[in-house]
Amino acid sequence: MRILRLAAAAAVVLAGVGAAQADDWSKVRIGTEGAYPPFNSLTSDGQLVGFDIDIANALCEEMKVECEFVTQDWDGMIPALQAGKFDAVIASMSITEERKQKVDFTNKYYNTPPAIGVPKDSKLAGVTKEDLSGILLGAQSSTTHSNYAEAHFPDAELKLYPTADEYKLDLENGRIDAVIEDVVVLSDWLATENGACCKVLSTLKSDPVINGEGAGIAIRKGEDELKEMFNKAIVAIRENGKYEEINAKYFDFDVYGD
Amino acid sequence: MIAANPATGTPRPPAPPKPWTNARIAGHVLMALWAIAGLYLVYYLIGNLEKPILEFLLPYLPIDWQEYANERLALQTFDSYLERYGQKYIDGLIVTLQIVGLSLLFGAALSIPIAAARSSKWKIFSWPAYGFVYFFRGTPLIAQTFLIYYGFGSFRPELQSIGLWWFFRDAFYCVVFAFTLNTAAYQAEILRGAVQNVARGQWEGAAALGLSKPVTFFKIILPQALIVALRPYGNEIILMIKGSAIAAIVTVFDMFAETKRAYSRTYDFQAYIWAAVLYLMIVETLRRIWDKLEARLTRHLKR
Amino acid sequence: MNEALTLLSFGPNGWGDEIAHGVLITVSLAITSLPFGLFLGFIIAVAKNSSEPSLKMAANIYTTIFRGLPELLTLFMVYYGLQIAIREGIRLLGYDVQIDINSFVAGVVALSFVFSSYASEAFLSAFRGIPQGQYEGGYALGLSHTKTMRLIIVPQLIRLALPALGNLWLVLLKDTALVSVVGLEDILREVGVAARNTKEPFLFFGLACVLYLILAMISSAGLSKIEGWSKRGETSR
Repeated sequence: MRILRLAAAAAVVLAGVGAAQADDWSKVRIGTEGAYPPFNSLTSDGQLVGFDIDIANALCEEMKVECEFVTQDWDGMIPALQAGKFDAVIASMSITEERKQKVDFTNKYYNTPPAIGVPKDSKLAGVTKEDLSGILLGAQSSTTHSNYAEAHFPDAELKLYPTADEYKLDLENGRIDAVIEDVVVLSDWLATENGACCKVLSTLKSDPVINGEGAGIAIRKGEDELKEMFNKAIVAIRENGKYEEINAKYFDFDVYGD
Repeated sequence: MIAANPATGTPRPPAPPKPWTNARIAGHVLMALWAIAGLYLVYYLIGNLEKPILEFLLPYLPIDWQEYANERLALQTFDSYLERYGQKYIDGLIVTLQIVGLSLLFGAALSIPIAAARSSKWKIFSWPAYGFVYFFRGTPLIAQTFLIYYGFGSFRPELQSIGLWWFFRDAFYCVVFAFTLNTAAYQAEILRGAVQNVARGQWEGAAALGLSKPVTFFKIILPQALIVALRPYGNEIILMIKGSAIAAIVTVFDMFAETKRAYSRTYDFQAYIWAAVLYLMIVETLRRIWDKLEARLTRHLKR
Repeated sequence: MNEALTLLSFGPNGWGDEIAHGVLITVSLAITSLPFGLFLGFIIAVAKNSSEPSLKMAANIYTTIFRGLPELLTLFMVYYGLQIAIREGIRLLGYDVQIDINSFVAGVVALSFVFSSYASEAFLSAFRGIPQGQYEGGYALGLSHTKTMRLIIVPQLIRLALPALGNLWLVLLKDTALVSVVGLEDILREVGVAARNTKEPFLFFGLACVLYLILAMISSAGLSKIEGWSKRGETSR
């Protein structure tokens, strides 16, 4: 009987883990990946840094709410949002029709095109469907980039990796011939010592159906109040110069797009 | 019906009703829960079949039913999950079976010298074999797969110079290689255990008949050992099928990878349900075939 | 060689402290799953051992499912599905509580399911190794069924089931590595991060294997101690 009681107690404890408070939005939990520099990444001592993180902090300050970051693997981002692990995703998530069926999005907070990265000694001439036919093309799984590759480069053999770090490793050692990724993310990596192996071959023309209208903040369906709070805050930081300040910290061009 | 008393022909009295013991109540409640879960699952998945079933039945339905059916069909603007991803699962399944089949085959071949070395009297053979078996049985398959895929990936110049890069470049080969080494270690232990299990008298008897050692081994010891090894071999195949899902993590599009990809496109939990159904079907079928096989091969041992 | 030592050192330049933390997580995941798995496994074995066919069948369905599914799939289903299932369940009762099944909890649940379905077989064969006379002896002494089980059968059962359970513990320890795939910062995850950052995958994944081997060795030593202890009642001949 004692064992039974113990099990019951344990079950209660487990179930109690992180029971969230009601939606008064004095505190917002924000999900991010922490493996997508320069937008979001973890330092070696476990601190979240990057454009997404700075923007999130600026937005929270603007909305006068307390923000708490939760790191989550990319593959599980939307399920975790739906399940209530956090209330908003600020992780460079593109606003797409496919995702809109599951979650709501705020307006975009930046928009950059995808690009193809290759080793410096690559013999690839261009980035048309024919040029890339038959090559091994790496991408992060569950991303718009992997969808783009499936739609636009059907003759390339697609390899899906759980995080960006893994395809970088494989592009460097030559397991794959090219990767498809956001141009800013690629450039950031190529500028470091680790990215010395490779170069951007060309940016790609965004496909509005796949790439959507840029990166937005994902929110559970129906939580319009929070969505409006974020939308207003995005407008506010665009106007008061805070966005510009953060933009300048990371990039020498305007990532907001037009 | 057999009469209780053949002389008088009076029928046997009916069996007393079974009492409702706690165990019986618990059993029925649990079975009811399983039945509900099963029915819910069928209901959940049958949504996929509504469109084809309705389309098939449409011409045969009475007029007013046809109207309703058309209304239902009009609601289904999207292709059902199965229509969109069914083929992907089949493709993935084929890759899964290829990985498992090749690994088991190569592993079986490799396990023979390892088992032989492991039972050798000379330490120069038995120790490395012991080390190999201990390593591959003592560490997680997923860690071994990473070690081989990412670890060997960093030795590109060395591998290129010995002309093996084409092999380690390909994720599929890497996975088959890792799984082969893993299953070889397990199979070697199965084989060794089974051979040792054969009574010494069998060796002695064969020697007394003047048979050479190799002939004794292949004609007398091995057949008996394989019967003992049958069940563990079956378990090893099942473990391999289940373990093969790890291939998905290193970019091979096996069934699990296709499942993950479909889930990431739809966020529809069906993705995992279908994978579970398929894996369970494969494993259960195999287990049943294996039971039959074992019953047949050991029929001379039955008393 | 020196370089490798620096990478493995503790402190800001090395990955030693991160990996040590990973070892801690791996071990605590396995240790937390164990009691749940043992308890569930025992209950299922009792059900399978019962004379009631419906109870047997219910238990058999459970083990068929969790022994047939790939562990990785079970883990993903628990990680993505359980949270939503519980939330919907609570919502049916009229509450709106959000429950966080993090990767550790998902790991404990999934590993307990898997462990228990194998452990039930170990317990079941142990049940079969106890002669009927032991039960009869208990009843003859006037003990109730529960007391007979508790005082006479279970102590023997544990001794008989120990070797098989020991093997299952080693399997459990290895299975914890899968939980790294859903984001738990265990050994494999930490060495993966280190491998990608330092570009020394062979060194770090090799280290992970060595760490798992060490854990297995410690376990084996511990298990043989426990087995020796459980057999202390047997006369040595």
